[in-house]
Amino acid sequence: MEAVKTTAAHEIHPMENVLRMDRIPHIWCPGCGIGIAVTAFAAALEKANIDLNKVAIVSGIGCTGRVAGYVKLDSFHTTHGRAIAFATGIKVASPDMKVVVFSGDGDLIAIGGNHFIHAARRNIDMLVVCVNNFIYAMTGGQVAPTTPLAAYATTCPFGCVEPPFNIPYLADSSGAVYVARWTALHVRRLTNSFVEALNKKGLSVVEVISPCAQYYSRINRLGDGLDMMRFYHDNSEIRHGEDTKNLDIGFQQKIIMGKFVDRERPSYTDRYQDWLKQRKVGM
Amino acid sequence: MKPDPKGVLTGSHQLTGNQACAEGALSAGCRFLGVYPVEPAIEVSERFLERAKAVDDATFVQMEDEISVLAAVLGASWTGKKAMTVTSGDGLSLMMEHLGLGVMLETPCVIVDVQRVGPGLGLPNRAAQGDIMQARWGSHGDYEIVALAPSSSQEMFDHMIGAFNISERFRVPVMVMADAYLAQQKETVVIPKPEAIELYPRRYYEGKPGTYLPFKRDGDYIPRMVDIGQGYKFHVTGLTHDDRGYPVMNEECQEYNVHPLVWKIRKYVDELVDVEENGIEDAEYVVISYGTTTRAANKAVEQARSKGVKIGHLKLNIIWPFPEKRVSEIAKKIKAFIVPEINFGQIVSEVERVCYGKANVVFVVHGDKGMEDPNDILVAIESVQKETQIKDGVLEYQGA
Repeated sequence: MEAVKTTAAHEIHPMENVLRMDRIPHIWCPGCGIGIAVTAFAAALEKANIDLNKVAIVSGIGCTGRVAGYVKLDSFHTTHGRAIAFATGIKVASPDMKVVVFSGDGDLIAIGGNHFIHAARRNIDMLVVCVNNFIYAMTGGQVAPTTPLAAYATTCPFGCVEPPFNIPYLADSSGAVYVARWTALHVRRLTNSFVEALNKKGLSVVEVISPCAQYYSRINRLGDGLDMMRFYHDNSEIRHGEDTKNLDIGFQQKIIMGKFVDRERPSYTDRYQDWLKQRKVGM
Repeated sequence: MKPDPKGVLTGSHQLTGNQACAEGALSAGCRFLGVYPVEPAIEVSERFLERAKAVDDATFVQMEDEISVLAAVLGASWTGKKAMTVTSGDGLSLMMEHLGLGVMLETPCVIVDVQRVGPGLGLPNRAAQGDIMQARWGSHGDYEIVALAPSSSQEMFDHMIGAFNISERFRVPVMVMADAYLAQQKETVVIPKPEAIELYPRRYYEGKPGTYLPFKRDGDYIPRMVDIGQGYKFHVTGLTHDDRGYPVMNEECQEYNVHPLVWKIRKYVDELVDVEENGIEDAEYVVISYGTTTRAANKAVEQARSKGVKIGHLKLNIIWPFPEKRVSEIAKKIKAFIVPEINFGQIVSEVERVCYGKANVVFVVHGDKGMEDPNDILVAIESVQKETQIKDGVLEYQGA
């Protein structure tokens, strides 16, 4: 397909400021929710009133791992599960930077689970966006640490036998200061959460429940992307401040969304700067 | 470029190899240290932190494992800070994932491996040279790497500066292969004045934002860098990528943008090769050594020469890339190389490959017995003199 040349000012894409238009079309399948999450994030970047030169985005591997490549920021597509570790290096070495990690559930919670809990414990000043599609999609639909019990995947042909992680609970108990969950249907609320989290000091986690209209949907016979969105519409409920223990997601059962945690705790950078001041006094 | 004087502890000091490592790093301008505790390398972090009190912009983080350590080091390097980590064999194994990413993203950084006896957990406080091949080939795929081998506390200091300079010059992770003995023994280290230390400055792209191509190779093959936060809004990926840093999955791109990871080092091998030669001109036999085995080799060569053996000594300061050309030249003139290593044969196979059919190669087997014994090398030298013709393969001597 030939690229459409645009010259007139009104033809410029409204998000050209924050998206790499030279990389469009993107790789995501029709009906996928990752693009929606990126749109919400791009809108939040513009709303959050922050210097975009001072924001870095780091992704791991997988479908969501490709996000860093489409956002017009200093962006890094790194190794599987290690985006948070890479981002920690950026934040510690350059505390002025705002750091965002954008990756999937398999990447952040399975292979990257250790980095996830330790970044939350340290309260590294970063926003972690976890797009949860309940499956390893890029490799063709294997069971993930978020796959609901009894759901099918290529590596659990008789239904998932492993209880999934409840991501907000994991983030909350590890020390994250801001924890929210939305589905890809709730774009306005998701955008608002991104704006809040971008301006929050400490580690924020925003989980985005996203339809995988290919691998998760087909093997579980859930219809196309629109059908999955309709399911979110009919079966999700907003409960701000809900105890994160109650946020398990069962197979095709109600999804509880909202902002669950919003608290203050000194960030790693705060404590590190304090230590720097003290060591000056001590010299 | 001269170093920030705050990082340079000018004077004569008694330092362990580990302490000299931290001093060398700070003198070289290293301002980010990421670590996970592992013996026998811990002292480097402690010294770095102690000294960092005097260095305003020095940063440190102890991560949750060695995997995340090297990831953090790479991230830190892109902020413009010189970054390093220090570990031992079992940590190095975990770092191989991000060594590959560091090579692919052409990210300058230094990895110090204070080698201990392996495999597995091995002997945490005993020296070995068992990670030499892992340093070269440990990560998957084709790439070239640079590894230095210090043999004293002074060299540890000097090599740290050299390692950072090479890393910035070639945009490649550089390894410093120390070992447990070197790490723990105290020796005199003379740290020069800051004016006397030459640092290779990171070469930055200076064009306007929007025009930067992260992997565009200049005439000298090495792409320019920018720092995070300067407004360039660049993208880099560990996938096969084009000049823009965007993933392009085809063979042409692999050849155009990834093969240079090999060529950018091979092209400059002559510049990189760093050997010290002693008595090679008239030698019939030459001992090749690197790292702490150099100390035993020095003694053995001295003793053999006093007995009238025409023997020389070739010490490798940089083991990777291996100095093929020089070893090959010498091989044509001599009868045999004697290679002592604290392992079951790693660099010796490189020596054999390079001088196959030209000279005998004798390996002084030195498994995990501890510090190299000069007598073992001496016995090997004496034994090889009985060989009258060139033999296939490596000859092994078990020592005294």
